[in-house]
Amino acid sequence: MERTREYSDEPSGPFPKPPGSFEDGDGRTIDLRAPGEVDDEVLENLVGMYDAFDPVDRAQGIPPTGEERIRNWLESIVDIGVNVIASHDGDAVGHATLVPDADDPADVDDPADIEWELAIFVLQDYQRAGIGTQLLEHLLGHASDVGIGRVWLTVERWNGPAIALYERVGFDQTGSESFEQEMTIRLE
Amino acid sequence: MKVLLGLAGSDESIKTLRRTIERTSDVGDDLTVVVVDKPESKRSQEEMREQATKLLTEAGIETEVKTLEGDPGSALVNFSEQGEFDQLVIGGGTVSPMGKIRLGPIAEFVLLNAPTTVKLVR
Repeated sequence: MERTREYSDEPSGPFPKPPGSFEDGDGRTIDLRAPGEVDDEVLENLVGMYDAFDPVDRAQGIPPTGEERIRNWLESIVDIGVNVIASHDGDAVGHATLVPDADDPADVDDPADIEWELAIFVLQDYQRAGIGTQLLEHLLGHASDVGIGRVWLTVERWNGPAIALYERVGFDQTGSESFEQEMTIRLE
Repeated sequence: MKVLLGLAGSDESIKTLRRTIERTSDVGDDLTVVVVDKPESKRSQEEMREQATKLLTEAGIETEVKTLEGDPGSALVNFSEQGEFDQLVIGGGTVSPMGKIRLGPIAEFVLLNAPTTVKLVR
């Protein structure tokens, strides 16, 4: 990659692992699971969620809008990535994902050798109910399980609530020389 | 239109150059090309200047490719202010593995400081 990111020497964790279930702030039962493989059913469930996602909450161009572009984007990231999905009554309402930061992900022998980029989205009707924190923690727990050690993300600098959430979980603010705030975490 | 194209030494710069060459050939803009000094780039300033000259020559566009010293963002903005350009063209960001658009510090400085219209090439 074009530059190296800084990571804390102190690993964070342990984090809860999927599958899991909890009652959100609005009394809804939310299921968390990490699909072993993203089959058509899982993919279409996610396409439906992102199609319902209000574009006002897009960040740095994702998720794209329109079913076709959403499907293309998901197909390009979910198979090579690590995913945790939050569902309510069987419908996806939140999605957290890690995508390998490698030119050729198929060539990576050990997930610990590379860095992984994180993104998380929660449908507007399900925001501010604690789902994001649960999704994030379960994704990091799952990541640690599959041997991932270094996770990074970027977040818009003005997005204080998101930055605070990532810091609570254990992320550190690193590079800030560009529009986006970069944050990193080392997993145990 | 009098257009100033600012390049660093990245693949993004090459793409921006190719797009600008296409546009210049189509509409006949008056194009000036400068390469900024960004030592951490994939290509050195001189390599980038030679490559830009080659691509411009192949496209039949006659213009000298200049190099700028000093901080890339401010050098670019200063140069654009001296020359009464209608538009300053720079690369419009890279895309992360996730698909997120990322703008670097040069783009940010130029956007916030240039008095001319700025075009980001995607």
